[in-house]
Amino acid sequence: MTRLQTNLPGLSMKNPIMPASGCFGFGEEFAKLYDLNQLGAIALKATTNHPRFGNATPRVAETPAGMLNAIGLQNPGLEKVISEKLSWLETYDTPLLANIAGTTMEDYEEVAANLSETNQVGALELNISCPNVKEGGIAFGTDPELAAELTRRVKAVSTCPVYVKLSPNVTDITLLARAVERAGADGLSMINTLSGMKIEIHSGKPLLANESGGLSGPAIKPIAIRMIYEVRKQTELPIIGMGGISTLDDVIEFMIAGADAVAVGTANFTNPFICPELIDELEDWVKVKGLENIQELRQKGVNSF
Amino acid sequence: MIVVSNREIAENIFEMTLQGKIVQEITAPGQFLHIKPSSQPMPLLRRPISICNSNKQNNELTIIYRTEGEGTTLLSQRKENDSVDVLGPLGNGFSLEETKQEETALIVGGGVGVPPLYSLALALVERGVKVTTVLGFADAASVFYENRFKEAGDVYVSTIDGSAGNKGLVTDVIDRESLQFNRLYACGPTPMLKALEENYPNVQGSLSLEERMGCGIGACFACVCHTQNDPDGTEYRKVCSDGPVFPWREVVL
Repeated sequence: MTRLQTNLPGLSMKNPIMPASGCFGFGEEFAKLYDLNQLGAIALKATTNHPRFGNATPRVAETPAGMLNAIGLQNPGLEKVISEKLSWLETYDTPLLANIAGTTMEDYEEVAANLSETNQVGALELNISCPNVKEGGIAFGTDPELAAELTRRVKAVSTCPVYVKLSPNVTDITLLARAVERAGADGLSMINTLSGMKIEIHSGKPLLANESGGLSGPAIKPIAIRMIYEVRKQTELPIIGMGGISTLDDVIEFMIAGADAVAVGTANFTNPFICPELIDELEDWVKVKGLENIQELRQKGVNSF
Repeated sequence: MIVVSNREIAENIFEMTLQGKIVQEITAPGQFLHIKPSSQPMPLLRRPISICNSNKQNNELTIIYRTEGEGTTLLSQRKENDSVDVLGPLGNGFSLEETKQEETALIVGGGVGVPPLYSLALALVERGVKVTTVLGFADAASVFYENRFKEAGDVYVSTIDGSAGNKGLVTDVIDRESLQFNRLYACGPTPMLKALEENYPNVQGSLSLEERMGCGIGACFACVCHTQNDPDGTEYRKVCSDGPVFPWREVVL
């Protein structure tokens, strides 16, 4: 076992670094650039029961220190994800965290039941916080009772652990965290993007065709750190931290705040080699600091608060 | 890659020559680079900029870009010997095989859509294809590469305000000059591409699209477009990895 080994429910990870859902497709493009076996895990692009085209373009916009996106959960649908994407990923021994989305509770149940039955998926990540889907997605993520009910129902049909990806677009994220924990969640992913908007001053119109989108990138990192810190004080559930990670210092800061593992999102677009680079840097850092294992980092950090 | 030169060749239009081994990997005219405009963390995203021309003997390529926002303005300030963070060559370029010797190719470029067509024109001439070019710009100050395209054949220039070449749109020039062609290749603003598709519904050839991109490699689904003849509306192409060059009438403009 290496010093970076990280064991989370359903995910036996060689290291605590994975690409975040929605920023890595199903891995095929990045597999042309490096060996995906280097990654701790892969968070797959959100899968819905039927294929989704997504929103009109433009779907991305740049803002200070961040990116707005309104892709709209474009994906080939459950059937093709299983037959094409998962079968392709079979050649890798990297655990898969399958992000699932829907517009009704029944949608989530169907996708969860089918994906967990494949035995290829290590764990599910409930996407209840996509700000770009008008038909219900966001409501699950902002109402603790609805989030808990959805978690219970998905847990009931899933044979693998369920992580809930929390939305930062709430007044008190700890209420959501505790609600889904009571409902049986095995872990938390936090945070998703923040709802944002960009208006072109010359035209006076929103730049994104969807008008608003989800803000990601370094701009949201302090918010993610604060939210993980707050939630960590109230729960021992495993947390996969994400939100603007692009450097080794960011990874360390997230883990000190209370994350057990981290996911890298927008930085994959700026530097497609960012994940393997961060894994190498973390390995060197852990050696230099004399840590026996990466979990010590979180424990030391939390104790020092 | 290393900057060999970077200079303004028309109003807000810059030509940058870069050197690096990436040049050896270019497979077709019309591919693009995804460039980090600054060595600083911000601006965050890369900019897709098409390759205008390349020279495999000396590992050099040329890009032409318009300074529109913060990123391209920073790029315009890069000096000789600076290094630039480049991802590429990306995307699929123009396929030349379909155009036969002795045929005539009409190349139509609009504004900052002109650059990728230059290496296409040279490659077609090399295949023995007769090339006619129509370049459209806003005004005289925006015109660039008119003389370079003359290396490949006849060139017609049009400007919206009539301050250079013919007054009007590129389609006006094609009509007025009664230009005949076997293949049509185009890159420019979407309304221009739409007009060409409407005026020449049965044309063969290809067009190059521009779209805001996230990753540039096909993973983020930011630059997705619909396909024509798709009753369900579920089929799609990614401009970055399936394109940016598509056959006429494959995608919805």
